[in-house]
Amino acid sequence: MNMNYTAEELAFRDEVRAFLDEKLPADIAAKVKGFRRLSKEDHQRWQKILSEQGWYATHWPEEYGGVKWTPVQKHIWDEESCRYGVPRSIPFGVNMVAPVIIKFGNEEQKQKYLPRILSGEDWWCQGYSEPGAGSDLASLKTRAVRDGDHYIVNGQKTWTTLGQHANMIFCLVRTNTEVKNQEGISFLLMDMDTPGITVRPIITLEGEHEVNEVFFEDVKVPVENLVGEEDKGWTYAKYLLTYERTGLAGIGMSKAALSHLKELASRRLKNGRPLIEDPSFSQRIAKVEIDLTAAAISNLRIIASVEGGGVPGAESSMLKVKGTEIRQAINDLARRAIGPYALPFLEEELDMDYEGDFLSDENAAPLSAQYFNNRKLSIFGGSNEIQKNIVSKMILGL
Amino acid sequence: MDFRLNEEQQMLQDTVARLVRGEYSFEKRLEFSETNLGFSADFWQQLSELGLTAVPFSEELGGFGGGGVEVQSVMAELGRGLCLEPYMQSVILGGGLIDQTGNDNQKEHWLAGIASGELKAAVGLQEPQSFYDLNNVETRAEKKGEGYVLNGRKAVVIGGHCADLIIVSARTSGDSREADGISLFALSPETAGVERRTYPTIDGAKGCDITLNNVQVGADALLGEEGNAANVIEYQAGRAIAALCAEAVGVMEMANELTLDYLKQRKQFGVPIGKFQVLQHRMVDMMSELEQARSMAILSASVADSEQSDERRRVLAAAKNVIGRAGQFISEAGIQSHGGIGMTWEYNFAHYAKRLIAINHQLGDDDFHLEHYASLLQAS
Repeated sequence: MNMNYTAEELAFRDEVRAFLDEKLPADIAAKVKGFRRLSKEDHQRWQKILSEQGWYATHWPEEYGGVKWTPVQKHIWDEESCRYGVPRSIPFGVNMVAPVIIKFGNEEQKQKYLPRILSGEDWWCQGYSEPGAGSDLASLKTRAVRDGDHYIVNGQKTWTTLGQHANMIFCLVRTNTEVKNQEGISFLLMDMDTPGITVRPIITLEGEHEVNEVFFEDVKVPVENLVGEEDKGWTYAKYLLTYERTGLAGIGMSKAALSHLKELASRRLKNGRPLIEDPSFSQRIAKVEIDLTAAAISNLRIIASVEGGGVPGAESSMLKVKGTEIRQAINDLARRAIGPYALPFLEEELDMDYEGDFLSDENAAPLSAQYFNNRKLSIFGGSNEIQKNIVSKMILGL
Repeated sequence: MDFRLNEEQQMLQDTVARLVRGEYSFEKRLEFSETNLGFSADFWQQLSELGLTAVPFSEELGGFGGGGVEVQSVMAELGRGLCLEPYMQSVILGGGLIDQTGNDNQKEHWLAGIASGELKAAVGLQEPQSFYDLNNVETRAEKKGEGYVLNGRKAVVIGGHCADLIIVSARTSGDSREADGISLFALSPETAGVERRTYPTIDGAKGCDITLNNVQVGADALLGEEGNAANVIEYQAGRAIAALCAEAVGVMEMANELTLDYLKQRKQFGVPIGKFQVLQHRMVDMMSELEQARSMAILSASVADSEQSDERRRVLAAAKNVIGRAGQFISEAGIQSHGGIGMTWEYNFAHYAKRLIAINHQLGDDDFHLEHYASLLQAS
């Protein structure tokens, strides 16, 4: 048993810190740390910096421009980048479609798409969920019918995160209705500019435009955009979902949110004293910090066990549940910490360029919205109920 | 023992229910919320024409002489409709403060207007540093000639943006957290030196922070005895808490009805999702929380208008604690059971969820009231 980083790992951590000290734009870090909105341009600017450093594609083999990090190195990166206020990487291209293309795509697809993901030329979004297919993803109905050199696609996708920025979408489509649900699905890549594709915003409960509906009406997609074999898409989809699930526990983000909470609670007053000195509030913070410590170690145990290169299994489902509950608990406390000021919704104060007086605390404005927005954490990426089903089936054999 | 409403109370509740059903569709509410007023002037007018703004006041003022149960009947239905009108702020809290402390002249001047709905009051008791402690008052009122000069800031005054009358607490003596030395003043928001920063709230209503900058008021602005308002504030905040509890029950009823409908309609894996045991049990928990909340709302209504005592204090603290916890549970569990659709602006559930969280931030959250209750705990 040894829970310490090796000398090499410590050196890597120093390298990461030096890079972030030098290259992370302060305005972007301030937005991330203050839970403000990031623009498309913010994401692209940062991605370019990461790409130039060669640190953008951490799940890819080196031959395609990836960087060969061990699971521990990835973990160090995650920890440090959250601590510094690095923007959450938009995973749909680099961490979702790319691993599928690398594993199941043909050489042409690799040559065509991977460099464009690295350079930031393409912004991908995900076409998985449908209005009638959420947790029961395999029941999806978007239809792709082969017509000569093309598929004709009709249907609708939903919850498409940041689809308004995307120029590419990867979709699960039904190519065969004669077989079991899981056996008639294909994995199709589409250009968002193809005639017949329409994006409509979905406004979430706190008033943000983050997700979208995407409609497909007689969309002609060249057959060369099929990844792997027709009707085998479910296998690829599941492979992708394991990648999705690994990052979903959000341990690094919880640590950043916790330190933000503690700073906030040090500034806010209760009975004339800093809230963080209040016995009941400090106990609430303590409890969530303890839970986070445990989850962080669980995370390290998973990382250590896949150090050999395996794909994490049902353990990551358990960690997704715990991790999202912890982050939601931190968001709950941050909202509570501002007391009556949880009520005002001051959109102007969300803007980093805002120069007026802050109504209460400079970081108060996003807190309620963030609490509501992060209710999504236990719903997306496979709802926490679905994760528990996976655990009970795969680990417990129930 | 009989927990049913009597005939008059039932009629009252039915009247409000009909009005809300007829006038307050979800779509209309979204429209009301986006206006500058932030609610429906027309609906307020109808509340007043039906005598509902006069419910808690004496018959001389054209009121019903209603108590906690009558107020509860009105508030529960306003909750079911997610109504945005400042009924609690103006009628229950503002009206209550004037009713308890006002002299004949002040009552004639203001209370009749509040009861008829022609005058809307808003009440500023919190301050930026006060958290939920209503005795934490740093706004100062200094005597000048016959009147006073007010300086300070009142935080998150719901309905303050459109009020005709603003009631604020200010310190005429004592240190910032002492109960002694707090006074109440009623003034027009148009008075020189009153500045309002108006904003929407997370639950679709509107409020403001009020800065008082050398605001000069006459002696007739003082409500009740100078320096002796802490008890009055505590008492009337208690009535407002009971009203909020009733509203919350109405909100929770709708939240649960919507969730149950969804569990029956939404199909995944070939069956309605309500067939899954994990969702069944969560729905049962939501119902149990609602019943706990309903019981405490009834209990709080029963003490809302009784004489102040530690027992009344305990009941109100307990009620607001249960309402806060139940509200957050139903809000979060309901969103989770709906999945993505529960996260959207277009569908009404999220707006019920937001109101439940907002109620927990009004007049003290569940933590605040737990602590208050613990401080009043009886050894045996």
